[in-house]
Amino acid sequence: MISVPKPADLVTVNIDGRDVAVPKGTNVIEAAKLIGVEIPHYCYHPKLSVAGNCRMCLVEMGMPAVDPATKAPIIDAATGKQKVNWMPRPQIGCGTNASPGLHIRTNTPLVKDCREGVTEMLLINHPLDCPICDQAGECMLQEHSTAYGRGYSRFVEQKNVKPKRTELGPRVTLDDERCILCSRCIRFSREIAKDDVLGFIDRGSYSTLTCYPGRKLENNYSLNTVDICPVGALTSTDFRFKMRVWFLKETPGIDPESSFGANTTVSSREGVLYRITPRRNDEVNDTWMTDSGRALYQQVRADNRITSPAVNGVASTHEMALRAAADLLVGRVVPDEPRGKTAHLANSPCPNGVAIVGSGRSSVEEQFLTKKLSAALQAPASLVSRVGEGDKLLLSADRNPNVRGALVVGLINKLPDAGDAATSPRSSDGGVAAAPVKTGGLEGLAADIDAGKVKTVFSLGEDLMAAGLTAAQLAKVAIIYLGTHQNATSAAAKVVIPTLTVFEKSGTFVNQQFRIQKFAQAVPGPAGVADDLATLAQLVAAAGGVPVPADLGSLWTALAAEVPALATVTHASLPATGLLLDATPWAALPFVEGETLHFKPAATAATT
Amino acid sequence: MPYLVDRKPLTLSERLYLPQILAGMRITMRHFFAPNVTMEYPEQRPAIPANYRGVPTLVKDPHGREKCVSCQLCEFVCPPKAIRITPGAVPADQPDRAHVEKAPKEFEIDMLRCIYCGLCQEVCPEEAIFLQNQYSLSGYTRAEMVNNKERLYELGGTLPDQHLKWDKKKAAAEVRGKAAH
Repeated sequence: MISVPKPADLVTVNIDGRDVAVPKGTNVIEAAKLIGVEIPHYCYHPKLSVAGNCRMCLVEMGMPAVDPATKAPIIDAATGKQKVNWMPRPQIGCGTNASPGLHIRTNTPLVKDCREGVTEMLLINHPLDCPICDQAGECMLQEHSTAYGRGYSRFVEQKNVKPKRTELGPRVTLDDERCILCSRCIRFSREIAKDDVLGFIDRGSYSTLTCYPGRKLENNYSLNTVDICPVGALTSTDFRFKMRVWFLKETPGIDPESSFGANTTVSSREGVLYRITPRRNDEVNDTWMTDSGRALYQQVRADNRITSPAVNGVASTHEMALRAAADLLVGRVVPDEPRGKTAHLANSPCPNGVAIVGSGRSSVEEQFLTKKLSAALQAPASLVSRVGEGDKLLLSADRNPNVRGALVVGLINKLPDAGDAATSPRSSDGGVAAAPVKTGGLEGLAADIDAGKVKTVFSLGEDLMAAGLTAAQLAKVAIIYLGTHQNATSAAAKVVIPTLTVFEKSGTFVNQQFRIQKFAQAVPGPAGVADDLATLAQLVAAAGGVPVPADLGSLWTALAAEVPALATVTHASLPATGLLLDATPWAALPFVEGETLHFKPAATAATT
Repeated sequence: MPYLVDRKPLTLSERLYLPQILAGMRITMRHFFAPNVTMEYPEQRPAIPANYRGVPTLVKDPHGREKCVSCQLCEFVCPPKAIRITPGAVPADQPDRAHVEKAPKEFEIDMLRCIYCGLCQEVCPEEAIFLQNQYSLSGYTRAEMVNNKERLYELGGTLPDQHLKWDKKKAAAEVRGKAAH
């Protein structure tokens, strides 16, 4: 998104007879887009350098005529306006920046001829693969051939034949015949991913995209090359032949992989997720996202998904599980020993013997309800920290997407301590070799359990064992586990209530910039799994708290009333690109994130 | 509104009765010797005209290979949403099919939904789906009325066309491969 510039920074260009003021440095394609004129292009990409090799964006250009000697405008006697000196040959729009008085014509016979010629040349060796091509339906070559092509073929010779399924890397398959040599993938690898592995070899129509000998396209950003490929040459090995794109329903999402908060488009058909692609947000992720974030949809249908509530390991109904959980929380059932023994703990931080482990993976709304529950039970809430290594691009060090949400709603007031229990990444991460993540932050809880102060632990999807608690400590307490997948904690839990993954619910995350961004439900949850907000709201009511609404709209009214940072916000009014919150109350906290795309940590930002 | 119908008086031959009976018998007798206009269905079946739109089926090419590449255009165009395809890849170890790359893993046409419009046949870029001359379909359960891929090929048989688009592609690739070595 172009920020609003000062009028002095605007230059006026004339496109197809219409004057438009655009910021200085805007190229002709973008300037035309501003007034709704499409200049077709293949190799140009707004976030990459300009290569100018596809020649599809040829337009006619001209400058107002002035007298060479006096610099006085030359007026055309017929129209009474300043004459325009049109260049005799067309120029590429992507390589030309708007300059004052520049005139563009995009609809003349010359431009039309150019487009037809370029399209014809690109189609010479392009195979008639559309029925089996995964790009069909979102293919720029298909669209531009229909809109700007000649409509018939004069080519009678044999088409060139090239390799059809080259594996460039573990996640990318190349169909060389379809490649139109736009070099977007090469420029992406070089400029954005900083992993310069791709290049062209051979000449003319034998040109072939390939990896540097001995190298593979296997960085964590390799699938972005598939997104920016204007044709079906680079395909995702995972999505290949799975579903035609015109069947997919697209839902806006947020990548829950780290606090970077990349904007995503979640594609599903009839309740089944097929792929996750980046959604453009120039303030956060531009048009990119990580490969590891794209693989997360697999967790929805994972084998170890919890689909039914359980009490003491026996499958139960949602109501019974809720009642059992409420009984444990308010102490109607004493887990191991008579309640009287804990009476001397009245002055301790957890007078009811209940501790809450919230989650930096919960949405802002869930964290708000968790806080309500914590207040109703007078139970201290802690968060599990997940610290990995940031890659300075689209993966931040904090692997919890929403720790700042917990700060904003007041669930916590300091950051969870960084742990040292290294956990291996989940198997559902789709074969992307993710850096190890250190999980922890529950040292206080562990000490309280050892001291016998805590009798019941309420965990919101957090695996306590992975977060540093021992099996012996887990055995000492009654655990209520609200989560999506089975783990050591769900196995040890007295009450297990299934919850929804991030793709099955709507909500908001606050990312590392304190930008609150919303995501929407893409697919329905498994049968019998209640909405997380409803589950939490029922627990709050059962714990004796003030009843809270369980639907997003009314919950946001409550949020606005109680959370100062969100006082003027409603869920409906949140822009698609997110809303920056005032971060000053938390400026002194030692956040773990390092520098990433569009983000500088406060400490570094101050020194630079 | 009621109104009166005048009953005409009978003519003489009508009053005589027998001439009318004989005239009727004559028509009856003529049909004894005229050719049949009905047939003994289902033992006898009518000849189906060409281009008849019967049950949609999947056909194989003259070499007995699957023609469908699961592009799902028929599924997209089907007005009553009777077609359901699960796409899949052709394994690389099938030498005469691997170059096509894509084939349906499952292909289902719900004949309780099908309206025999023929749009699937019209839209198919591979000429793999045809509405053929089968017109009578019955079953005891709803599930029986869903034709799966195996059944569709059984109904469809082989189409004796000689396009073999993918074979041409494969041959070109082999020529290019030899030239390269």
